[in-house]
Amino acid sequence: MAGTYRIAGKGRLTPARTARFSFDDQSFTGIEGDTLASALLANGVHLVGRSFKYHRPRGILSAGAEEPNALVSIERDAARKTPNVRATVQELYDGLTAKSQNRWPSLSFDVGALNDLASPMFSAGFYYKTFMWPKAAWKSFYEPNIRAAAGLGVAPDQPDPDHYASRFAHCEVLVLGGGAAGLAAALAAAESGVRVIICDEQAEFGGALRFETGTKIDGQEGWAWAQATAARLAAMDNVRVLPRTTAFGYYAQNFVGLVERVTEHLANPGQDLPRERLWQVRAKRVILATGAIERHMVFADNDRPGVMLASAARTYLNHYGVTVGKNVGVYTANDSAYAAAIDLKKAGVEVAAIVDLRDNPTGPVVDEARALGIEINHGRAVVKARGKLRVSSMVVQPKNGGAERTIPVDAILMSSGWTPSVHLFSQSRGKVAFDDATKRFLPGKYAQDCVSVGASNGTDTLEASIAEALSAGEKAAKDAGAKAAKAVKLNAETSEGWTGGMLGAGPGAGADTTVKAFVDFQNDVTAKDIRLAVREGMRSIEHVKRFTTNGMATDQGKTSNMHGLAIAAETLGKEIPEVGLTTFRAPYTPVTFGSIVNHARGPLFDPTRKTPTHPWAEAHGAVFEDVGQWKRAWYFPKAGEDMHAAVNRECATVRDTAGLFDASTLGKIEVVGPDAAKFMELLYTNPWEKLEPGRCRYGIMLREDGFIYDDGVVGRLAADRFHVTTTTGGAARVMNHMEDYLQTEFPELKVWLTSISEQWAVIAVQGPNSRKIIEPLLEGIDISDAAMPHMSVREGKICGVPTRLFRMSFTGDRGFEVNVPADYGQAVWEALWAEGQKHGACAYGTEAMHVLRAEKGYIIVGQDTDGTVTTNDAGLDWAVGKKKADFVGIRGMTRPDLVAKGRKQLVGLKTRDPKVVLEEGAQVVADPNQPVPVKMIGHVTSSYWSENCGRSIAFGLVAGGRDLMGTTLYVPMPDSVIEVEVTNMVFFDEKGERLNG
Amino acid sequence: MLLIRCPYCEEERPELEFRNAGEAHIARSTDIASQSDEDFEKFFFIRSNPKGLIYERWRHIHGCGRFFNAARDTVSDKFVLTYKAGEPKPDISRAANDSGPAAWANRPPDQLNVKKPAARRAPSKKGKA
Repeated sequence: MAGTYRIAGKGRLTPARTARFSFDDQSFTGIEGDTLASALLANGVHLVGRSFKYHRPRGILSAGAEEPNALVSIERDAARKTPNVRATVQELYDGLTAKSQNRWPSLSFDVGALNDLASPMFSAGFYYKTFMWPKAAWKSFYEPNIRAAAGLGVAPDQPDPDHYASRFAHCEVLVLGGGAAGLAAALAAAESGVRVIICDEQAEFGGALRFETGTKIDGQEGWAWAQATAARLAAMDNVRVLPRTTAFGYYAQNFVGLVERVTEHLANPGQDLPRERLWQVRAKRVILATGAIERHMVFADNDRPGVMLASAARTYLNHYGVTVGKNVGVYTANDSAYAAAIDLKKAGVEVAAIVDLRDNPTGPVVDEARALGIEINHGRAVVKARGKLRVSSMVVQPKNGGAERTIPVDAILMSSGWTPSVHLFSQSRGKVAFDDATKRFLPGKYAQDCVSVGASNGTDTLEASIAEALSAGEKAAKDAGAKAAKAVKLNAETSEGWTGGMLGAGPGAGADTTVKAFVDFQNDVTAKDIRLAVREGMRSIEHVKRFTTNGMATDQGKTSNMHGLAIAAETLGKEIPEVGLTTFRAPYTPVTFGSIVNHARGPLFDPTRKTPTHPWAEAHGAVFEDVGQWKRAWYFPKAGEDMHAAVNRECATVRDTAGLFDASTLGKIEVVGPDAAKFMELLYTNPWEKLEPGRCRYGIMLREDGFIYDDGVVGRLAADRFHVTTTTGGAARVMNHMEDYLQTEFPELKVWLTSISEQWAVIAVQGPNSRKIIEPLLEGIDISDAAMPHMSVREGKICGVPTRLFRMSFTGDRGFEVNVPADYGQAVWEALWAEGQKHGACAYGTEAMHVLRAEKGYIIVGQDTDGTVTTNDAGLDWAVGKKKADFVGIRGMTRPDLVAKGRKQLVGLKTRDPKVVLEEGAQVVADPNQPVPVKMIGHVTSSYWSENCGRSIAFGLVAGGRDLMGTTLYVPMPDSVIEVEVTNMVFFDEKGERLNG
Repeated sequence: MLLIRCPYCEEERPELEFRNAGEAHIARSTDIASQSDEDFEKFFFIRSNPKGLIYERWRHIHGCGRFFNAARDTVSDKFVLTYKAGEPKPDISRAANDSGPAAWANRPPDQLNVKKPAARRAPSKKGKA
């Protein structure tokens, strides 16, 4: 027998199929089908953890997802350590290794438990009131120490080695919850032929039928019916049955997030299986069959290990064959706990007494308990649990005070009633309504196409639940488009009752007491804390929640919310609905980061874009930089070269002979149509109508507000065809901007826009020898200066493939940009490289490209402009068509502030000491000795060492900069103040002779 | 994730395929260059930002690529309707009021229940607390 608390003949597990496991390095034996909790209880282990704040010993409260106490770490290997796993939902597998949390040095002797003795200090809001002085100590001392002492499990410190899967699914009817109601609803919907998905967080379907003994459905015992029905559904082609799957979030328009635990229950999960699978389901109709959660009783020291929910004890007995004690007491305010006492008594377990708060309970279960010889103390309360690491007795007192009596017990089973699980309903934005008769919140006003059935809808009997579920399933299928409905009929009978109960603190834990009667176990919130919060001025339940942290733990107050609310309402002297319920938010139970992040990590986190010549650059030792999603060759170091040396060499070689540069990342848009020129006139500041086919122009694009948005060279291939280039980063937004204006402002224009960024590879060949390198490979293009002057474009062939050859320069030297179809990019590059080698050309990267363009005063939009720079600020007024009646930004650029004096203008900055290179982003001031606050008149936008100039060069945006030519300004740095001279922006070949050199 | 009906594709597609493009029915003047500062301010800067119904532009950017207009409730996020760019502002008072009990529902789901529990809302005590 696996465990001394296992009762022969009870439960549904097969005793021969044992599984070994360890808890805190002690070995135990359980049975396949156990949860970690049931296996521990079978071995008499109740103490499983320490509480969050007071480090109080804690046991297992529940048998399900609502568990606040029994949180453990599951360790598979060094990288696979999962903290805060609820022992009540972790299925046992052979070799499972679990460890308790938040204790040191051991679970039974925990130094942190001193917090419990000092607890008068740790009242609600304690952290807000204390540790306020000295202020700086909060970050460095108080917070780290408090965080170390408080808390739950420890996050794993290695990368997650598992993988996670993601699926989208669509269905007509999605059923959340696989208890009696959920199964009935799914069956009714499925029989009509529509697509149905049903999920349940447990390994097996059945819900409360797991512990109920008095149910019969369709002539079968309840649990057997549930298994048969789940199997019947699984066999249907139109139904997907998902066990071990939690619906954690209900989003807009019936979009529901499910997480399926695929391998958590397996001893040796194969590498091919995902650990979890995220389902994103869009359903036409959703049926919420989420059941109800039993509440505990609030009395002094109700958190001692061995004190648990009555339904949990029944589950452990009836499903797992485990008794939670040998001599149990029951404390209740409703009927359903009687069933636990009766089941245990019948199984041969001593039931010391039932303590019932009600004055004169009557009914079949009461009679049956009495008939079995169980002592019933009505009108009485358990006012205290004794024992420390395990409950040893309960102190019973008449509920209005009187003589105490101590009854020895080794477990207390409690029930104060059932709370309908309206979490997902609330997440769907539905509004709950308080039902005064039964003192519970039920689904009120719906916000989406969903419906609640069964216990989550406050339907108390099995017969009514199943009838309601069948009808809802049938109707949901019909509303979602089912053609022929086949009515499903199920007979159900039960002897179980779920009604009644009480809310709030029980006797002995009232306002006049200082006992620790826990409301929220996981966050260590007591009835006293909630009263204190109200006394300190919290009026709204939302404030009470945040002040006390009631309901804010990972269990989201599944057992505590209603008690907390009732105590707050009582203290405020208000009715419960006046105080209001806090809003439930996703996730219903904790969801791993792994399942949410899913495939989107590592290289799949964000797409990586590589140019056609990437493999060549890689093979030639390029160092890459990230530019947006692109990998761009940054520089090509030779052996022994650092970045500085490589860039200096590349810059010098380009000016000396020539260099090859991969410009494929440039955005490229083809603007085509009879109105193409008209459209270009409207989108760019420049005039385009008169640009001859075969010629190029540098274009500037503004936003409507008049600021520079993008720039690039545009070639006119034909009267009705422009090849537009954009900045690398601007490609997508420029396309969007153009489409926007074309579709919505100028829809009458006959123009078509096509992104061709990825279709053309671009190889820039720049330098005095560039023509000599290209010429031998060309067919059908005369690239003599006379036939093809600077800023022109020709179509022809290079290396036998089509090319759009631009003569243009971003270096200031003679230059070409060879556009070829992307698939030929690398081949043409290699041919050009071979030609280049004859002339001593080099490959250069983006850093050299930046330096070379800066030497010539060419700006980079996005580096030298920041979205608040006008064409005038940038010294580019020459590019604005003066005679144009309209273009995007024409009105914005004349706004008063954009034409005001003293705007920041782009200028050159030369350090007085030519060896000093400024830092980009450094601030510029007129007087370095002025008192603080210093007036900053500008900043450095680009700064480089220029080997060709033999000095540092920089651009800056400086207020009134063009009027300050020749004056000295200052760039204060942490260790010195750098003197700079304001200059024009061209540092090299001021006359521009090299373009044809 | 919302479902948005693209009036060009004529079907509902997930929100991921769309991008908002600001308020709709703000016409760019055909003579914008001579617009007064005040008129340009109204055109370019001033937006209605209502609580409730808004007309706005959306682009089916990861679909057909078309810009279209939508009437949406900023409180419930409900798309009342979508229509093609260039079409006049539709009268949506009827559609907006026809939302039933729910932002997205087509009919009151409580009709689905066999038995509706005697849920009763306490009378509102606004102003007293």
